[in-house]
Formats: sequence, C-alpha cells, structure tokens
Amino acid sequence: MRLRRQKPDSAGTNRRGGHTEPDVFADGVHDLPGSSADEAILEVRKLSVAYVIDAGFVMAVDRVDLDLGRGEFLGVVGESGCGKSTLLFGIAQLLSPPARIVGGSVNFHGKEIAGLSDKQLRHIRWREYSVVMQSAMNALNPVKTVAGQMRDVCKAHSDMSDDEIRQRSEEVLRLVSIDPVHLDSYPHQLSGGMRQRSMIAMALLFTPDLVIMDEPTSALDVVAQRSLMVQIKELQERLGFAVIFVTHDMSLISNFSDRLAVMYAGQIVELGDTRQLFDSPLHPYTQGLLEAFPSIRGPKRHLLGIPGQPPDLAKPPPGCPFAPRCPQVMAKCTTIEPPLLDVQEDLVRCLLYENGPPEALAANAPTPVEIQELPERLPAGSAAGPGEGTSQ
Amino acid sequence: MAVAGAELREAQAEVPVPGRRRAPRGGNLWRAVRHNHKATAGALLLLFFFVLAVFPGQIAPDSYASTNFTRALAPSGAHWLGTTALGQDIFSQLVYGTRESLIIAFAVGGLSTFISVIIGVSAAYLRGLVDGALSLFTDVLLVIPTFPLIILIAAYVRSAGLLTIIIVLGLLGWSYGARQLRSQVLSLRDRDFLESARVRGERSLYIIVVEVLPTMTSLIVASFLGAALYAVLTAAALQFVGLGDPNAQSWGTMLYWAENSEALGAGMPLWAIMPGVCVALLGASFALLNYAFDEISNPALRPVRKVMKAGLGGFDSGMTLDVVPGASPSRSRLGEER
Amino acid sequence: MSDPLLRTEGLTRHFRLGGLFGKRTLHAVDDVNLMVGRREIVALVGESGSGKSTIARLLAMVYKPTAGEIYFEDRPLSRLRSRRDQLEYRGNVPMVFQDPYSSLNPAYRVSHGLRRGMKLHRPDLDRHQRVEEIERVMNAVGLVPADIMLRKFPYEMSGGQRQRVGFAQALGYRPKLILADEPVSMLDVSIRIGLLNVMSELREREDVSFLYITHDVASARYIADRVIVMYAGYIVEEGLTEDVLQRPKHPYTQLLLSAVPDPKAIVAVSGSTDASEPPKVVDPKEGCRFQPRCPYAVAECETITPRLRMLGVEHRAACHVAVPDEAQEGGASSSERGNELADPSPSTASPRPV
Repeated sequence: MRLRRQKPDSAGTNRRGGHTEPDVFADGVHDLPGSSADEAILEVRKLSVAYVIDAGFVMAVDRVDLDLGRGEFLGVVGESGCGKSTLLFGIAQLLSPPARIVGGSVNFHGKEIAGLSDKQLRHIRWREYSVVMQSAMNALNPVKTVAGQMRDVCKAHSDMSDDEIRQRSEEVLRLVSIDPVHLDSYPHQLSGGMRQRSMIAMALLFTPDLVIMDEPTSALDVVAQRSLMVQIKELQERLGFAVIFVTHDMSLISNFSDRLAVMYAGQIVELGDTRQLFDSPLHPYTQGLLEAFPSIRGPKRHLLGIPGQPPDLAKPPPGCPFAPRCPQVMAKCTTIEPPLLDVQEDLVRCLLYENGPPEALAANAPTPVEIQELPERLPAGSAAGPGEGTSQ
Repeated sequence: MAVAGAELREAQAEVPVPGRRRAPRGGNLWRAVRHNHKATAGALLLLFFFVLAVFPGQIAPDSYASTNFTRALAPSGAHWLGTTALGQDIFSQLVYGTRESLIIAFAVGGLSTFISVIIGVSAAYLRGLVDGALSLFTDVLLVIPTFPLIILIAAYVRSAGLLTIIIVLGLLGWSYGARQLRSQVLSLRDRDFLESARVRGERSLYIIVVEVLPTMTSLIVASFLGAALYAVLTAAALQFVGLGDPNAQSWGTMLYWAENSEALGAGMPLWAIMPGVCVALLGASFALLNYAFDEISNPALRPVRKVMKAGLGGFDSGMTLDVVPGASPSRSRLGEER
Repeated sequence: MSDPLLRTEGLTRHFRLGGLFGKRTLHAVDDVNLMVGRREIVALVGESGSGKSTIARLLAMVYKPTAGEIYFEDRPLSRLRSRRDQLEYRGNVPMVFQDPYSSLNPAYRVSHGLRRGMKLHRPDLDRHQRVEEIERVMNAVGLVPADIMLRKFPYEMSGGQRQRVGFAQALGYRPKLILADEPVSMLDVSIRIGLLNVMSELREREDVSFLYITHDVASARYIADRVIVMYAGYIVEEGLTEDVLQRPKHPYTQLLLSAVPDPKAIVAVSGSTDASEPPKVVDPKEGCRFQPRCPYAVAECETITPRLRMLGVEHRAACHVAVPDEAQEGGASSSERGNELADPSPSTASPRPV
C-alpha cells in the first residue's frame, strides 16, 4: 500500500569521516506501488505533542502515524495552527517547553528516539538526520562565517581534522551550486536564496538518511523558490536521502513530493500519493484547499476558499474537527471522531468513506463548489457570504 | 486507543480553558496581580504604607515632634519602639514620616517619568538632529555620577526642603527611563499601524500621544516604579547626610538625628535601625511591583513551576510536567501565519 | 484609457546609501509611467526589490518622488500644499497594509481606527451618520455582526478578519482608489480567496479601483483587469491580464510565469535553472537590468536601456528582442503557444521569444 522508492546504491558511504561520496547516481526512476517495499527508516506511531499552559494544555499534534521509506520525499501541508511545524520538531526532538511529547513513539532506523537526552541524540543528530529551518537569517549565526558554522557542526558530531572539515565544506557548497569562495562570507553578505542553500549544504555535511525541512522556501521570491525546490529534488535523487518537507503551499510541493500528508487541527486527515491526491482528493478539507488556489493557466473560475477558521485547539469541537466548516458534513460527524481509513491506497480521516471507496458515494456527495466558465470579471454578491466574518 | 482518546477528551473538558496570551488590562490586571506572588507582596506592602501615610493620627499614639516623654526609653507597652534622645516616640515618628517618603516617591517618580517620556519618545519619533541632540544630552546625564551631583546641588541650596528635593531628584533621575523608552519607540516606529496613521493623515503629535504611548504603558509604569524606588533611597540618603531640612518629619531625618545622637552606641538602636528598615521596605515594595509588572506583560519571564499530574489520562499519568504558567504556543510570524 | 483616475509620469525615487554623507544611490523606482482607471483593478507584480512597495508609498505620499510627477484626477500631487488638500487626497487614495498582525493598534478596539478615519475624512457627516457608515462598511467587507466585531480587540480576531478591518477603514473614506500592498500574502491560502473576492466585489458595488501590489501572479490573474510587471525599479511589461499572462513578451515575465507552481505540469528536474535573484540597483549603468539573467540578450541590451513599446493591443514591453503580436500571427496557433509556456525550462527555448 505505501509507496517505496528504489534507493540508489550508497554502498560506498562512510559515516565516520564524512567523506560520503555516493558511488552511484540514480536517475530518479520511480517504482510503481507493489514493488519491493524497503523497510521504513522512520516510523512514527500515535505521536502526540501538547503545549502545557497554565492550568491546561493544547494538543498541537494529535496521535499522528507516519512511515517514511528510504529516499522518499514526503510533503506535509496545512495552514497555520495545524501542527505541521510542531510535528516536525516533535520528530526531530527539537521541542522546548512548554511543548512536549505526551504520547506515542518516534522510531528512527529501528531505534526509539523520543525521550532521548541531548547527549544520546548527539550521535544521531546531523549524521543520520538533519534539519533545515525556515528562515536562514534566523537560523544562521550572524556573527560567524559560513565556514565557521560548518566547522561547528563538524566538530560537534565527528572528529574530523580541520583540513577535512574545510574540504568537506567546499564539497557541500558545490553540491548546492555555491562557489566555495563564499565560505568566508557572513550570512548578511549572501542573498536570501544563497543563505537558504547554504543551510541545505550544512544539512548535508554528513549525508544523512533523512533531511527534515520546515518551509525552507517561504521567505524567498517565486523564482528563487522554484530553483531551490528543483535543486533540493536533484540532490535528493542524487544522494538518496529521504525528505520530510513541511509547507503551507500545496502547489509548490505538488511537483516534487512522492507522498503528501494533509494536516488539520493536529491530525493527519489525508495521506497518499501526491498525484492521486491532486487528481482525486478525498477529504473535504483537501478538496477545499485545492479549490483555494487560483491557477495561472486554464479557465478562470470563481473560487470560494474554505469559510470559517481552524478550531481553537484549546477547545476542540466534538467529533471531527473539520465538521464546523465541512460542506459535506453529516449528523454523526459532530459526535464520532473519524478514524484514519484506508481507501484505495489513500488514507483518509473522514466518515464519508466508512463504507468503502468513493465511487459508491460519488452519486450522493454534493459538489462543494460550482464550476462555471466566467468572462474576465467575476459576478458580484458572492464575496461576503459565509466568510469568516461571522462571529464565533 | 479509543479509550485513551476518550479519557483525553474528558481531561480536556475538565481543565479550565487557558486564558488568552495577552498583557492584561482592566479586570485582567487585578487577577494577574493576585496570581503573581511578587505583585501581591509588593501591593500589600505599598498599601500598608499608604494607610500609614493617610491616617497617621489614627495609628500613631503621639505626634512626631512632641518631646514630652522620658528620653531614651526602651521599647515598652506605651512606646512600642521606645523613645529618642529627645524624648519623641519612635513609633509615632515612623508613622508620620511615611507621608513625606511616599510624597517624594510619587512626586519624583511622576516628574522624572514625565520628562523621560517626553524626551525619549520625541527623540525616537522625530529622529535626525533632534534625536542626536536629545540622546547626547541623555547620555551625558547618564554618565555623570548623579549622587555626588545631587549632593553638590543640595549643598549649594543649603537645607533643602521637600520641594527642593523633589525637583532636584526629578530633574536628574529621568535619563535611564528616557533611554529605555527611546529604544522601545524606535522598535515600534515602523510598525504598520503607525504608518497607517501617518497615511491616514494624522499629525505627529497625535500619533505620539494617542497611538504610540498607549502601547508602551507597561514600560512607562516600570519606569515610574524604578524612579520611585530611586527617589525613596536617594532622598533618605540626602537627609541622612544632613542636606535635608532637619526639622522635616521623615525617615531620613530620623536617621540624621539618630546618627547625630550616636543612637546605636547609646542604647537606642531601634532609633537608627527602624527608619532604615522602613526605607528598605518601601523600596522593596516598588521593586517587587516592578518585577511583577515585567512578568505580567512578558510571559517569557514568568517563573517555571512544577505541576504534578495535569490529568493526561491514558498516557503518562503521574508524569511531572514543567509548566510555564500563562505562556502559550509561540507563533513564528513568517511560518505559521502564511 | 479615456480618463485615468491616477497617472504617473516619470516617477522616480532614489535613496542615498551610507547615511548623511553617503555617495551611493539606490534606484528603487526609475521612470515609471502607470495609469489606473475608474472601477479597475490593476495588479502591480514583482519580486522583492522590484520597487513595487516603494511605488505604493510614493502614491500614498509617504515618500516624495526624487523626480517625476503623480497626477490624481489630473491634479499634480506636488501642488497639494495645504493640509486640507492633502487630507482630501489621502481620503481618496488610502492604503491597506500587508501585515495583519501589526496594521492595527493593539491597544485599542477595532473601532478606533475606523472612527478616527471618519473624523478626518468625512467631516460632512454628523455623529449618528458616522456610526451608520461604519456599520455599513463593516458589512460590506463581511465582518458581521458589525457591532460585536467593532468592540473586539485586534488580538481577538484572525488574520483574515484583521485584513478586512483594514479594508473597512479604507472604505470608510469613500475612496476612489485603494492601494493594497500585498494584502493577502501573510494569510492562509484558504482565507486569501475570501479577501480577493471582497476586493472584486467592492469594485463592483462601491465603485472603487484597486492598485493590487503582489508577488503572486496567480492571484493577480484572479482579480486584476490589467497587470504591470516590474523588475529592478522599471516597468518591464504591462497590458490586459490575459494578454500579459498568456502571451508574455518580456523574458522576465516568462521566467516569472514559468516559476509559478502548476500542479498539473510535470517538472523537468534536470537542466540548469536560473539560480540568481533580482539585483539591488545601486548606481546602475545604462542598459537593460535584466540582461545578466536573460537568455535572449543581444549586444544592444548591455548598452541601451529598453523603453516600453507597444507590442499588441494595450500590451507594452520594455525589451529589445520582444516580438510584436502581428509578427506572430503567421506562426504557431495560440494553443501551441500556451503549451510552450507550460514547459518550465526557459533555457531550452528557441532563440526568438514568444
């Protein structure tokens, strides 16, 4: 059921010294589902993260299950407050109070890493998995050169000599198409795109098996964003690492991810093959999200977005958290919490599919949005309808 | 897992809804003061001194200056803290002395805060040469050691009455606050709501008074409390040194006379100690309120307390959690809000 | 355009770098001629550093132009001396800001800004009428029930609601043109559409034009009648929305369009991609500013600054090698041209641009 990618043969990798030149470059061949499934390098089970505040707590991540195969590119999309960044930090063991993991497990390379101390994590951090943060300007040390920061990383996680460090730093910069002469620059001397790429280079210093990325492109302009995404994809296919990529922009990730997870109110509401998700989204929230993107090409349509707002996680509504905004809500949706259902190789958390695949329901389900061909101007009278202006 | 889920929901239902993350205003302020231990302590102390200042006659058995009693008596039922070398009741003196100390604290606090607001905010908002000049002036005053300067001035004026002390302290104590306020306004200056006011066509003065100042109330209050503390201590010191009016009814003057009469050595230790204790307590009340205000307006400063078993049902019951009361999930701007 | 509401001629703004005695100049905006008509939404599209935000501030009278002139209803802005004239202009051309989290004063309720605005710009109304008008504009932007919403503090509202308040404030002045500086870019995707729909509707119902400044081409397509593309301080292309977006003439516009993610298109992962970014224009020389990144650059491009020239019906581009519409008529059909655009690797293009 879950897709696995054929990983490039990285038999020549040498973890210790950091001179990890993969022997074989894959040319990005995708295998169809049903091929030999590699075992997962990351298994997340029922992970829950809460922010403990005053006399209560807020469930930011609610019992998330996730598997990640070798070399797989998983996108996690959702809007503000859905918990995607918290999920990322929870997996990477980067949570700080008041957030903490309150349940579940994170199994990386067969080892349980949730709850390990910093000291215990040191061996795995950066060597087996690394993290790329959202804003390079905030994540890079402004008073250290790029070389200095790479040296910090190398010294913290290995005992490479200074020469080896320098050499490796130049290698990784070349990997991301930055001239190694910039090693001695300070972050503010680099452009936004270059800063972001140098962060990615740092993440690749030990050629880890997993790189976790938290919206690395959102601070960039659209052209730089595109080129960065292409670069990331290239590197991923060349070096064979898996990626978990968190973003709010579904269309950005659509061309690059193998599988896509959609999050809402701390839960995964849909998880499946990217192409399939885009072509036939099952969960009403996913459908709504896809409807909210005006397109450059193709006919112009009037779009409605998704009326209302995400729920207050301190007071989640009973039953399905999306029920208050769902155009296909049923009576039982407000009392029963939908479990994650397997519908034709797609995981959906929705009671609509309790009884099987969507074909059976297609006739009954109302289309959430009317599609009309419109001339250049849009009709009046439709904007201020069920907008989130309604008071709570 | 459904069981754990149900327990979890129940646990959430029992738990009171956490309040919004926000600096409190109005009724919330009262609640915040009550919850914060430092604030409560400071407020109670201050209230205590207030009562003493407003109703000295009701509390003190005798007047400040009456020298009717036997000199140098030890504490007794009639004189709780004994009498001075001149036959005055120490306890009554303390009570009457409160008024002047409080007046100094609030008057100087108010005056120097007023000046620091005007100078700090104007410098930051008007920028350019005005900022340069005002900042230079502020920095010079910051650098000059104020206490020796105050002594010089007070000595020049000879015996300084209450008004002189207030003016001198007020005119020299604003520089620190001005610096702080200037930095704050500089960081606020390019916020969109200020630009929005400019684009709307508002005049600069309006923007400063109506749009900028209200967002800085906590800093201004903190500034005031700091200035009040400084005033109480410095005024007492001035009077102790003998630069105040020796006939004034205040703690500092008590210290002066006690020193003059070598109270510690002559068997009247309370005469020397108690005024000092009062000064310290009043100062402490301002300091406590100052800390508390910081913590109330900035949740990140609040103390981390341990809370046992926050009721997380099916998971790790019995788990000890580190709780930062009042804090809430941080939102990074670029990330979560896109 | 018969009677433009707002028009600029040679609008230029430079900033001096290096403090009071700095010698270098940053050319934020150079020689911009743009027009906005009545009941029109014009999108000003560009990346950061293109000058679009500076133009907004020039039009809002936050900066004074270094050169050039802005005409509102044919009256030059530089002639507005008295406070009354300036206030009148500000009432006609208000601005909506980008960041919902700092565009409202956190110390006051949401009604504060609205009331102040009315006081300044609608002195003709008495107190009662002002209250009515405020409720009317709140309804117009979809913040209902108005009286409850007005009493809220900004922190009690979501980002989308706060932006709507910003629009309501602007509407309260009965403006002719609203300058919207990236009003939706900090909002969640599903909320953006709601606000864009509001803008479209306001154009119809309230007879208001918009200058919609954005870096998001897709949203520009969604609501704008005309599109102006800026690069490094210059206008590089302008025209009717569909013309510019389906048949872009300037290589930069083509690059921009190719970079917009399209879920339906297959990405060619290989091939060189443009990794450079828009330049900071400091003390520039003559010549096209896009030339260093342009795949079609010829010798002329380095020495002669291209001017906007008419290449189609109301479709202009500032490029030496761009081809006018008539020259293409005999070539590929428009649908083929459309497919060419879907191919996101500009480096594999033929020598002549579309």
